[in-house]
Amino acid sequence: MAVFKFTLNGKAQSVDVQPQMPLLWVLRDTLGMTGTKFGCGIAQCGACTVHINGSPTRSCVTQIQTVAGKSVTTIEGLSADGVSHPVQRAWIEEDVPQCGYCQSGQIMTAAALLTKAPNPSDADIDESLHGNLCRCGTYQAIRRAVHTAARYRAEVAVAAKGELV
Amino acid sequence: MISVSPKGVTTKKVDRRTFLKAGGTAAGGLMLGFYLPEKSALAAQTAATPAKLNAFVRIGADDSVTLMIHKSEMGQGTVTSLSMLLAEELECDWKRIRNEFPPVSPEYGAMMGAYGSLSIRTSWQQCRQAGAQAREMLISAAAQKWGVDKSKCKAENNSIVNTATNAKLSYGSLADAAAKLPVPAANSIKLKDASQYRLIGTSMKRLDTASKVNGKATFGLDIKRPGMLYASLERCPVFGGKVASFDATQAKAMPGVKNVVQISNGVAVLADNTWAAAQGRKGLTIKWDEGSRANTSTASLKQMFADLAQKPGASARKSGDAAAAMAGAAHKLEAVYEAPYLSHAPMEPLNCVAHVTDDSCEIWVGTQIQSVAQQTAAQITKLPANKITIHTEFLGGGFGRRGGADFIGEAVEIANAVKGTPVKLTWTREDDLQHDTYRPASYTKFAAGLDTDGMPVAFTGTVVCPSFGGLRNGVDSTGVEGIVTHTYDIPNHDIQYHPPDAGIPVSYWRSVGFSQNCFFMESFLDEMAAATKKDPVEFRRRLLSKDPKNARYLNVLNVAADKAGWGKPLPAGHFHGVALVNNLGSFNAQVAEVSIDKGKVKVHRVVCAVDCGQIVNKAGVQQQMESGIVYGLSTALKIGITLDKGRVQQTNFNTYDPLRIDEMPVVEVHMVENHEAPGGIGEASTPTIVPAVANAVFAATGKRIRSLPIKAADLA
Repeated sequence: MAVFKFTLNGKAQSVDVQPQMPLLWVLRDTLGMTGTKFGCGIAQCGACTVHINGSPTRSCVTQIQTVAGKSVTTIEGLSADGVSHPVQRAWIEEDVPQCGYCQSGQIMTAAALLTKAPNPSDADIDESLHGNLCRCGTYQAIRRAVHTAARYRAEVAVAAKGELV
Repeated sequence: MISVSPKGVTTKKVDRRTFLKAGGTAAGGLMLGFYLPEKSALAAQTAATPAKLNAFVRIGADDSVTLMIHKSEMGQGTVTSLSMLLAEELECDWKRIRNEFPPVSPEYGAMMGAYGSLSIRTSWQQCRQAGAQAREMLISAAAQKWGVDKSKCKAENNSIVNTATNAKLSYGSLADAAAKLPVPAANSIKLKDASQYRLIGTSMKRLDTASKVNGKATFGLDIKRPGMLYASLERCPVFGGKVASFDATQAKAMPGVKNVVQISNGVAVLADNTWAAAQGRKGLTIKWDEGSRANTSTASLKQMFADLAQKPGASARKSGDAAAAMAGAAHKLEAVYEAPYLSHAPMEPLNCVAHVTDDSCEIWVGTQIQSVAQQTAAQITKLPANKITIHTEFLGGGFGRRGGADFIGEAVEIANAVKGTPVKLTWTREDDLQHDTYRPASYTKFAAGLDTDGMPVAFTGTVVCPSFGGLRNGVDSTGVEGIVTHTYDIPNHDIQYHPPDAGIPVSYWRSVGFSQNCFFMESFLDEMAAATKKDPVEFRRRLLSKDPKNARYLNVLNVAADKAGWGKPLPAGHFHGVALVNNLGSFNAQVAEVSIDKGKVKVHRVVCAVDCGQIVNKAGVQQQMESGIVYGLSTALKIGITLDKGRVQQTNFNTYDPLRIDEMPVVEVHMVENHEAPGGIGEASTPTIVPAVANAVFAATGKRIRSLPIKAADLA
């Protein structure tokens, strides 16, 4: 066991766990943050996607010892109220989830995509979300929702600019 | 933002029995709630428990309306569609609806659960009646308060209105009085005529969406109980094998490992977190008695099935004189079709939390059949069923897999061995793919005789497919459905069936026998059309035109063909294929548009026409059509289970790789609207996509696909 310190959803976090323990299980079992999901354990399905220093990362293969000193954002930290991030708003507007299990990972990957490509094409979306499986087959709704999220994001940016002026 | 939580109830997540408050639109308007309150927590924190009007409806003094969902929510939208049925007659405010999954009770039927695409079909009357009964009780309570006749009262948007004075009493203010009134007989209340529906047949957003975009929806895997240990179970890699002996010394010495227990089908490591349990499992040394199936391979099973197909089987459909018709046929064709075992692979790996004491057993699980979960636990613990409490959680996918109770039984066995300690058993993805109860493989030999006009006069076949649904006169209907159930105009049949003893656990998989048999049937029908160069759509039209009972079937074919532009020019290198299915009360036709590029099939567009009778939620039908197509398309293009040395060869999503977003075609759904009895939609579109794609591949290449998944070699 060893103590590891990192930033979790903007707050300082410290855990005393095995150095090899994947971040996924630290989040779920040690910290009780179950929004991040287990799907495969080998970085093949994307259900466990979180942001580490802003990059979408598979937490199931990320040992906690490599996270020390870094900033982790999970689905619980994407927005303060859990519904107002442009991607969450778009997911609600397009009614994307079915069983919903993979959606935390889909949303985290989509949110990261939009910071890099604010106005993604279908091809951009497919490339970015290729690693996120959905067995309910919500892919068509996801594509639609990512475009909607891009629009919401642009509107937020315009509004923010307006305020500055 | 409007809070949906009961007065005084905190809405943060309660760890022990998750208390779920859903969010809403960020725009701030609509807030829909989906929560599953801990009864004790709710009672402690609310001024008054909502009044129970009947098994489905509870109304709080705060005007909240709690609707009980006696099925499981695995993505198929039952929470929303059943709420629509209840709310249609209850006349409640949609924004005030909350939902709970109730415990097992005879009020919810002898076999409580969600299976067989039956949720709407079995709840259609029941839920509307329950909503109407609760409404009538509220009306009676208001009439008593006002001292007027019930005929002067009407229900409207969560209130009872006095039509003479326009006075209003809210549901919340009437709930307690209403709950004390006798429940009127269901058949004494006339339900709305279809022309009066304000919810049914519309497109409603799901009630569970908000909680599924912020990580708050609680799945079985998210449950944590005080003092809980996490279990991982090592099972014999060969089906039917068992533990001969084991040494847990090394496992017990590993960090976090607390205990090791043997149960009927393996050795479980219990630890203080999921990862430590899985790591501890690697420290086990187990000697297996692999049993009699250790030499099973895909090749050996194929041989077994093919040998059986040469022998006479049990008669599954016989009509006319197939032998004579075949002998006199102008054209004859034969083909052998094969489909592999398939794993369900829901995104949420199987799991179950169980807490067994001397006189109780509590289970938290995403299950499709609560009644079976309860019976399974009762058998293991020897406790009476009323001592077994099933807490239903959200299911991270079901597809039939969670209709089984093997994983629940395992968790209960482990918890029974460490009585007093709650245990969460989590399957790894490897466990899931290698210890599934699979969609059975099938080997099916067909022959057809065509008349001089090229139309079929005889259709014969032998189906070899492992049985799991029980035999009746030697035939398991799950093995032959989709073949013997076809309604095409063919006069002479002789379809036979064999259930091989393959030793691989098999069970229900989304659309069951239709999943492979629709591929066989619709592909072979295409072969019949191609034998005399007939257009596949026109050929099917002719076979459906004579019997008026096929009118709805013929109609979906025409809608799909029309919307897809069948027969009209396509982009260069693109080809159409068509297929139909009539299953579980719904009629479905699909036209797939494909191209072949570098030895791979690319599906560009799927036009899907569905007639499921009375539509409850249009948005739900749309979702389920898309969902079923993706689920089926994975099996056409990508996935299959193979065996060697008695072991499943696929281990994880790297070797059992379902359809991904970059392979997703554009799917267009066209719904035929009518007021026929509602059909099932959860499984309606899964079978159809496979032959639609295979038939398009034939159009593109001239190569007939007769086994799945489609391989590069099949196209060359």
